[in-house]
Amino acid sequence: MVKNKNKSSKPVIEIKEMHKWFGTFHVLKNISLGVNQGERIVICGPSGSGKSTLIRCINRLEVHQKGDIIVNDVELTGDLKNLESIRSDVGMVFQSFNLFPHLTVLENCTLAPIWVKGLPKKEANELAMELLTRVKIPEQALKFPGQLSGGQQQRVAIARSLCMQPKIMLFDEPTSALDPEMIKEVLDTMIELAETGMTMLVVTHEMGFAKKVADSVIFMDEGEIIEQNDPKNFFNNPKNDRTKLFLSQILNH
Amino acid sequence: MSTEMYKPGSYPNLPPPPGTVGFYGWIRNNLFSSISNTLLTIVSVVLVYYLIDGIIGWFLFDAVFDADSKIECRKINDGACWAVITRRVGQFVYGFYPEAERWRIDISFLTMFIAFAPLLYPDLPKRKWLLWFSGIYPFFAFILINGGFFGLAKIEYSLFGGFMLTVILGVTGIVCSLPIGILLALGRQSKLTVVRTLSVCFIEFMRGVPLITLLFVASSMLNYFMPPGTNFSILVRVIIMFTFFSAAYIAEVIRGGIQAIPKGQYEAADALGMNYWQTTRFITLPQALKISIPGIMNTFIGLYKDTTLVVVIGLLDPLGIGRAALADTKWNGLSTETYLFVALFFFVSCFAMSRYSLWLENKLNTDHK
Repeated sequence: MVKNKNKSSKPVIEIKEMHKWFGTFHVLKNISLGVNQGERIVICGPSGSGKSTLIRCINRLEVHQKGDIIVNDVELTGDLKNLESIRSDVGMVFQSFNLFPHLTVLENCTLAPIWVKGLPKKEANELAMELLTRVKIPEQALKFPGQLSGGQQQRVAIARSLCMQPKIMLFDEPTSALDPEMIKEVLDTMIELAETGMTMLVVTHEMGFAKKVADSVIFMDEGEIIEQNDPKNFFNNPKNDRTKLFLSQILNH
Repeated sequence: MSTEMYKPGSYPNLPPPPGTVGFYGWIRNNLFSSISNTLLTIVSVVLVYYLIDGIIGWFLFDAVFDADSKIECRKINDGACWAVITRRVGQFVYGFYPEAERWRIDISFLTMFIAFAPLLYPDLPKRKWLLWFSGIYPFFAFILINGGFFGLAKIEYSLFGGFMLTVILGVTGIVCSLPIGILLALGRQSKLTVVRTLSVCFIEFMRGVPLITLLFVASSMLNYFMPPGTNFSILVRVIIMFTFFSAAYIAEVIRGGIQAIPKGQYEAADALGMNYWQTTRFITLPQALKISIPGIMNTFIGLYKDTTLVVVIGLLDPLGIGRAALADTKWNGLSTETYLFVALFFFVSCFAMSRYSLWLENKLNTDHK
């Protein structure tokens, strides 16, 4: 297990009694969650349990209808101005990478820093190359995403998010679309990122990753947080029956 | 051939069997793959030979390129009588633009290629400088063709005609309709109800009315809708109609392209903090336009050919000039030659556009499928 020396007691995300509906369907029910700076949280649960929706609420890709979400001391409301400040502080990595296929790897990484943050092109390029080196693909910088393998694309997506120098990173099933032999390279990148002290919320079924990196594991089902515990207790003596059932299903095959 | 034994994992990459790839491979696979295919190939070659032989004879070897009238043509040879074209080529190209001023058209036409080059070929050296010229070209060409400034004689629009008229209508229509089409497509997808409703109404009206009706409106009625005192010339009115008409079609083509972009692209742009216009400029439009190239080019080619419809409101496009030539008693009955010549002009222009769009599609293809 990676020891987390960076964890502090300063909360960067606070969710209080938050609810969300898709139309009349109640997807998130009374969610309360606090995340401290440097904390690494893994969220798991069966499909349709609302775990992706939950992290998408944190950068307002989804809009909640009730309760509060406070990110970096800013409350998420319909006000466009704080929306942009939130989004440059919160990076997100998607299941299907969502790289821009018409831009090179380097351009993918520099587009937002140049236009959103107003970074000069030269600086943006240097920053992007530095981060591409960190995810170990600087030599692919001038290729297009379509020329890379899935694992490489996901690492580019991570680098692209990091180029905005976010304080929080959200991962939405980052390895679910990958071939088995590529999962490791992406997880390794994420572990290295965790070691730098990044605050991370990861939706994943990679329980090995959870055991190794997470400070806290959350189990969600039908829109509710059923159980939250440190990895050791979570895996060794889960309290809730649904957690037990879920863990027996994903660990014994 | 004997099969060599290799240890597992050490099997080398062998070349394909001879005669299955390359030029001979292609010929064998496509022309002589079976007995019936071989027979078909031979029959087709013979047929094509006889057809081409007759046609080329009529077009070239037995054709007459210079004569004073049709009767004289027939006396010389029995092929095509191209004299109807060669004797009136000036009219076909320039309409009734005064002969002494035709250099103005020539310069506008040639410089048009310089103005378009940096727009059409993004990798051109010194592109930034050339783009300045592209920017001033519309004014430059207007002053040169229309006259009335810098001592250039003003030329009446009624004297415009021939291929020059086609190019003016076609190129102006194409250049103006693309940006308007893009705005309409974005407007139709807009979250602002007023913008969306206006865009939908405009698009549906323009698509729902025949172009020829719009041209009649342009020639007879458009001035009633304009503020009093404004008086657009018929040429400008026709260009406006062509532009609006094809902009509506282009808007729908681009809307298709926009809708083909996966939702994840917008989510990624949102997550990076990009606003609507940044997303539109860097993410949506580059991808949507790339997908829409064949459809956009289709509309452009359609517009270019539809410029011949102006003949019904009395403008002398190449078909009008052709009719005038045929009405001349000397050339009476040479419609085949006349219309073939006009067809050739349109074919060359449209084929060039079509090739360019293919080239652009390949260039922008970053999927590497």
